[in-house]
Amino acid sequence: MSETRERKDFSNGPLCLSGRGVTKVFGIGDRKTVAVDHVDFDFHEGEFVSIVGESGSGKTTLSKLLLGLMNPTEGEILFEGKPRDISSGSKKREYWKGIQAIFQDPFSSYNVFHKIDSVLLDCINMRGGRNLSKEKKIELMTEACSFVNLKFAELTNKYPFELSGGQMQRLMIARIFLLKPRILLADEPTSMVDACSRATILDMLLDLRDETGMTIIFITHDIGLAYYISDTVYIMEHGRFVESGKADEVILNPQAAYTKRLISDVPKIHEEWDLSTVDLLSKEE
Amino acid sequence: MKNTLRQVFHSSKFLVGFIIFLLILLTMWVYPFLNPGNPLEMIGVGTFARPGTYFSLYDAVNTPAETLRLSDADDKRVAASMSMEDRVAMVEWFTLAEVDIEGLDINDTDALLDLWFANYDSSLKLKGMTNAKKNYYKRLDRSIREIRAADTFTLMHPDEDSGELVKRSDISKTDYINVGQVTNVKRLPLGTDNFGRDVLKELVSATGTSIVIGLIAGIVATFIGLSLGLLAGYVGGFLDDIIMFITNIFTVIPSFVLLILISYSIGQDQRGASVVAIVIGFTSWTWTARSVRSQVISLRNRDHVNLSKLSGHSLVRIILTDILPYIASYVVMAFILQVSSGILSEAQLSLLGLGPKTTEVPTLGLMMNWAMLYSAHTNGSWWAYFPVILTITFISFSLNLMNTGLDQVFNPTLRD
Amino acid sequence: MGNVILEVRDLKTKYVTRFHEDVFAVDGVSFKIEEGKSLGVAGESGCGKSTLALSLMGYYFPPLHYISGDIIIDGKNISGLDPDAVRKTVLGKEIAYIPQAAMNALNPTQKIIRFVEDVIRAHEPKADKKEIRSRAEARFAELGLPREVLDKHAVELSGGMKQRTVIAVSTILSPKVLIADEPSSALDVTSQKMVIKMMRELMEKGYIKSMLFITHELPLLYDVTDDIMVMYAGQIVEKGTAKEMVFDPIHPYSHGLMGSILVPEEGTRGTTLTAIPGTPPNLKKPPQGCRFAERCRYAKDECRYHAIVERPFGEGRSYRCLIGVDQLREVYEHE
Repeated sequence: MSETRERKDFSNGPLCLSGRGVTKVFGIGDRKTVAVDHVDFDFHEGEFVSIVGESGSGKTTLSKLLLGLMNPTEGEILFEGKPRDISSGSKKREYWKGIQAIFQDPFSSYNVFHKIDSVLLDCINMRGGRNLSKEKKIELMTEACSFVNLKFAELTNKYPFELSGGQMQRLMIARIFLLKPRILLADEPTSMVDACSRATILDMLLDLRDETGMTIIFITHDIGLAYYISDTVYIMEHGRFVESGKADEVILNPQAAYTKRLISDVPKIHEEWDLSTVDLLSKEE
Repeated sequence: MKNTLRQVFHSSKFLVGFIIFLLILLTMWVYPFLNPGNPLEMIGVGTFARPGTYFSLYDAVNTPAETLRLSDADDKRVAASMSMEDRVAMVEWFTLAEVDIEGLDINDTDALLDLWFANYDSSLKLKGMTNAKKNYYKRLDRSIREIRAADTFTLMHPDEDSGELVKRSDISKTDYINVGQVTNVKRLPLGTDNFGRDVLKELVSATGTSIVIGLIAGIVATFIGLSLGLLAGYVGGFLDDIIMFITNIFTVIPSFVLLILISYSIGQDQRGASVVAIVIGFTSWTWTARSVRSQVISLRNRDHVNLSKLSGHSLVRIILTDILPYIASYVVMAFILQVSSGILSEAQLSLLGLGPKTTEVPTLGLMMNWAMLYSAHTNGSWWAYFPVILTITFISFSLNLMNTGLDQVFNPTLRD
Repeated sequence: MGNVILEVRDLKTKYVTRFHEDVFAVDGVSFKIEEGKSLGVAGESGCGKSTLALSLMGYYFPPLHYISGDIIIDGKNISGLDPDAVRKTVLGKEIAYIPQAAMNALNPTQKIIRFVEDVIRAHEPKADKKEIRSRAEARFAELGLPREVLDKHAVELSGGMKQRTVIAVSTILSPKVLIADEPSSALDVTSQKMVIKMMRELMEKGYIKSMLFITHELPLLYDVTDDIMVMYAGQIVEKGTAKEMVFDPIHPYSHGLMGSILVPEEGTRGTTLTAIPGTPPNLKKPPQGCRFAERCRYAKDECRYHAIVERPFGEGRSYRCLIGVDQLREVYEHE
């Protein structure tokens, strides 16, 4: 546990993705719920950003907005400094060459009827490699698999569900490695894999960032995880960002009451976990 | 895929249903080779011939006879000729004549006849017996004695020149012919119907037509339901609203009433079997559409669909490769049920006289309709309708069994 | 040495799959919990920790089957009892069990007080309604649950409140052992903390004599339990106090597991997490030697062929590995 990874600071690089007053409202009239409420953000090139929030904080909705799978009700999202335009199918396809995702549940992320080869081939085709020779394609796929410590020769002709959860998530990273998007949105990619595999996956994400200068937006409920991995942290509560800044500043010296509570409620190992901060009789949970 | 099929055939319910259905299909395929010809050919002039083996009486005369002396032949003949009324009348006479009939069984022809020949006397004057009754007993006595006494029938045929009746041969009571040697024999295992048509042949042909009607109805209903359900569920929004509006309208109008109205308005002349099938399919797609839609909605937000979108795949490709395979098992199950209900709908429609044209092909429903119109159920001609009911039951039983089997394979929570 | 409340000796249980294959999910587990102590079980999913919880209750129904071993609660062996006897005499009174989804097990059409009545009457059929209510109110007050909860339906309560209510109701008869299988994993951190606080109060006030706490969240385990054992592929690979296990793990697997802990505390950022490659073995055909050998980077040839027994070391600790304690410590030191 003594080794440390050299961390470059990317938080002053050129802007990659930013948002102004981004809002998403579901339903109308009395049944209206504001999932994302006027949030502003600036993600820089090569930055590792975490968005931390508990269930119901709107972080998943925000991720869908960022991915362009949903349109914001209000506000605008800027991609590389220009307003994002995803009004038509071809513009969307163009946008998705720049932003890709890894989802929480590896077991539902794959089409169970497609083999691993077709998942990876699809990425090569998307990058315009449709006309490459078969050998070249296999070479690319082998390279991507070895990046995530998998052996392509063992995976070929297999189905994703024959792998373990951790291996499936690593294959997802291999997919990203092939696609090389500018931005990767990782929506709780480690919450359904075991602790041992989690370390591997986090390591690979850091490698990916270091190697390609990709911006990684990491969405999680685990504040310890966010602290470990990210340069910048955004804390989200009820659809709003209550605090944001450099990971060290936000976690070690939190300003917002919500952040303080969140940090104090997480079990600790190096310091005393103070149970007296919660009042069992309080009705608010 | 292979594994799924293995699992499906592992399910005993599915297997039993599948075998029953396969046997029905096999019968439909094999039987026409054994008994070729038009299933609607009217071979009988009378209506409702009983099931059995029929041989030509004319040919039987020319078939060489063997002599068999069977001791109980006479008794059987007498017993067959004596009706229950005759027997009751005889017992009545015994009572009047004060004969001791203690322990007499009215069905025991031997004992009855022994007692009759020992006691009957036409000259005996019995109290309270009318002349008419007296003559009746005389006739009865004579006929019984004739059957026992007569030895031969004489067969005559008119001479070509003179027109006189010339004796051709005698038919003795002990003459027997081998059925196998008779030139024309017709087996009618299920008799004939009201038009004198071979019911079994008709039934086999009708089963085929009905299954085809069920299949067409199932394909039409599943196709419409699946397309609308996929579109409404995946695209959502305004298109979903429109499609669900139409679906709801079709749902609230009872589909059978709609079916009757459409069938009626098409008119008997245009109504071939395939038209009826399409009409049935067109009125029964609603629940397929609704359930496919709800399945698609739950799939629409799954991560693999999102990932497919992010990979830039087109709408059609996502629907065909990321949605359809996931609901395929469900669609197959819905299709099986649609086939089964299509067959039943045809039977119901035809029973009401709104089925396909009656002159071309038989269907199970039409056979029921004919049997009902010619009162087969009141005159006891069970063979005209009962086998049809049994066939319909077996078809829908086998299809539903297959469906239940599939359901258990694909919804593990239903397993015991 | 305190009074031993729960003792398990060489417990073996298995699952039988639909295709009649045996899965040896708990394969020779032994441990003791003393009065007033809590024991934590850590491990990856599929290591058999949840099966262990189910097996300990002695309540076996297919596909779970008992093979051998003893479960002794306060001197009474319950391993041979039939399920009916277990339900009547053990569950609720000797052992209470809280699974992760316990809060979803409440029938939404009934008030909470009905569940209290059910639990009490299962063991005291003649209990009076008024008396039950006063007992429940007293216990709820002690545990910091509002008494109004008793007259509410499960759907009216939030997730954390539901889980706390379930725990309070199932321990109303003051069982000797509480088995909690990921009781707070589905909750957010604040509710989780409240659940943990209540469980600690249950222990402190003596309503339960001992606790077996199962979770994959190591920092939580560290904060909740006195001792920790690490389970791998159906076996216990290491036992020790919480502090020893987290800061001085010996077995290569526990070492890897503890090296992957993430907490929002100074000094954790930027360290390298320990990653263990590979996947756990198939428990239908467990390897004959060390079960971790395939993934262990210190494994030698003999590890794969020798059945490995638990080796005691230090003060009441034990581990299941061929390599010596000092040797392993040295290796870790130089990494």
